[in-house]
Amino acid sequence: MGYTLTEKILGRAAGRPVSPGEVTELKVDLVAFHDLTGYHVIEVMEKAGMSKIFDQERLVVAFDHLSPPPDPRSAEIQVSIRKFVRKMGVKNFHDNNVGILHQLMVEKYAEPGQVILAADSHTTTSGALGAFAQGMGASDIAAAVVTGRTWMTVPEPFKVSLKGAPGKWIGGKDVALKLLGEFKADYFNGKSIEVHVEDPHSFPVDYRATVSNMGIEMNADALMFVPDAETVRFIKENRGYEPKVITPDRDASYQEAYDLELNKLEPLVAVPHSVDNVKGASELEDVEVDQVFIGSCTNGRLSDFEVASKILKGKKVRTRTIAIPASYEQFKKAMDLGYIKDLVDSGCVVTYGTCGPCLGGHFGVAGPGETVLSTSSRNFKGRMGSPDAKVYLSGPAVAAATALTGKITDPRGVQ
Amino acid sequence: MIVEGPVLKYGDKIDTDVIIPAKYLKSTDPAFLAQHAMEPIDPQFYQRASKGVILVAGKVFGMGSSREQAAIALKAAGVRAVLAESFARIFYRNAVNNGLPVITVPGISREASEGQIARVIVESGEVRIGERTLKGKGITGMALKILESGGIMEYLAKVS
Repeated sequence: MGYTLTEKILGRAAGRPVSPGEVTELKVDLVAFHDLTGYHVIEVMEKAGMSKIFDQERLVVAFDHLSPPPDPRSAEIQVSIRKFVRKMGVKNFHDNNVGILHQLMVEKYAEPGQVILAADSHTTTSGALGAFAQGMGASDIAAAVVTGRTWMTVPEPFKVSLKGAPGKWIGGKDVALKLLGEFKADYFNGKSIEVHVEDPHSFPVDYRATVSNMGIEMNADALMFVPDAETVRFIKENRGYEPKVITPDRDASYQEAYDLELNKLEPLVAVPHSVDNVKGASELEDVEVDQVFIGSCTNGRLSDFEVASKILKGKKVRTRTIAIPASYEQFKKAMDLGYIKDLVDSGCVVTYGTCGPCLGGHFGVAGPGETVLSTSSRNFKGRMGSPDAKVYLSGPAVAAATALTGKITDPRGVQ
Repeated sequence: MIVEGPVLKYGDKIDTDVIIPAKYLKSTDPAFLAQHAMEPIDPQFYQRASKGVILVAGKVFGMGSSREQAAIALKAAGVRAVLAESFARIFYRNAVNNGLPVITVPGISREASEGQIARVIVESGEVRIGERTLKGKGITGMALKILESGGIMEYLAKVS
């Protein structure tokens, strides 16, 4: 019997065949952290007297949560990390002008078949390219930074097949929310989701990154897209070389599988305060919204800005709207294609690649009693600021349509 | 390793944004973090937990962000162990790495009531509440050694 993608990747990293449920040690290909967790990682290393890193080429550091620093303590945290980066000779360091760590991993670093660990839960995003990527806490990451190794329990692979092509205004977020609504947030705990796309180019890497990003909201250990022609196209186009591809065996056996018909999806929204409390946008059209946020490592990519600009171009937003591309690369492309101008002309506040208000950081946190519609990944109580705020989650089309009307709006009804 | 205390009870899907909001993450100081533990849903938590408690919860306790301060805050606030129907993977590891016992106990959210005394044997996962005994998933091997040392740092200091 053949191997699943999970077994192939983790088996290679462990140096021996592995099976779901067993605990194994394994080699890590890439380790990463950002400012808000990085200082904690460094603190753990220093307290433990660990004064080396496993590989100067295979540690990625990016500033995104506290970028640019909103207060002296944030600036101090960044100062301490820059010192560490210089001292250790870290080659892949991205200061305040590059973008969100997970987006940079997708643009520059992640490859099919790698094991990637980072001190942030949304590390799962790199699963878009077929990497086994997962987040860990500061102590576990400190150990990985020093040794290049970790331990984990091999998850049970779960197969999702995406059939057909998504309709107008449907994207990665609707797939992620469909899985959350259908299975609920605890179902994939201890499992790795392997997504097989029937028609690779109908579901581009941008969409895949949104779904993989929200793998952590499903509590999956990893959410990987099986590498295919679209994976190769993306890496070749963005980095100029063709990656080696690793895929599950044809006769790999999965204990569970789920088929999702993309053409049957409607625009979906997660309702406060839970990611798996999912409804159709059309059922929520009486909900008034105080702020719309388009951005984050979940939905701050070029395709998201393309959708927003299609809906907002030549019109004025009725709700205060903040838009933040996930990286400078996305920002520049969106600018070259005119999307940024469309958004600015429509009245959006547009700023550059940072996590912003997603985690209640800065650039537009929610006040008491406010309702936010956000393209980010979490609507937990207090996540975007005040615990008395309400956060709804959607893809960029619902967000842009909502910005125009001031109420949650199904984009299919917008002229 | 045996821990004991009165039960403080919460529901399903308690996430780490609730356990310790992001605005406090620029610190790793246990005493500071403890004062803000569970603040969004239970502003009195710090007082209620201070004498030492066993936290009981439902499914995927600690889901969401990887912030290790979630485990640090609970432990420093007085939580002696967390018993839940299930745990999110990252939180579970963070808790062990910070010396906070975490035991998966099927049925615990039905069986335990607020204020009851719970007694937990960490190695076997056996939980005694009133007259009832529940069987949870004990902690053994390396994870137990880390817990007994009080956390991964303390463990590393001991073995090196």
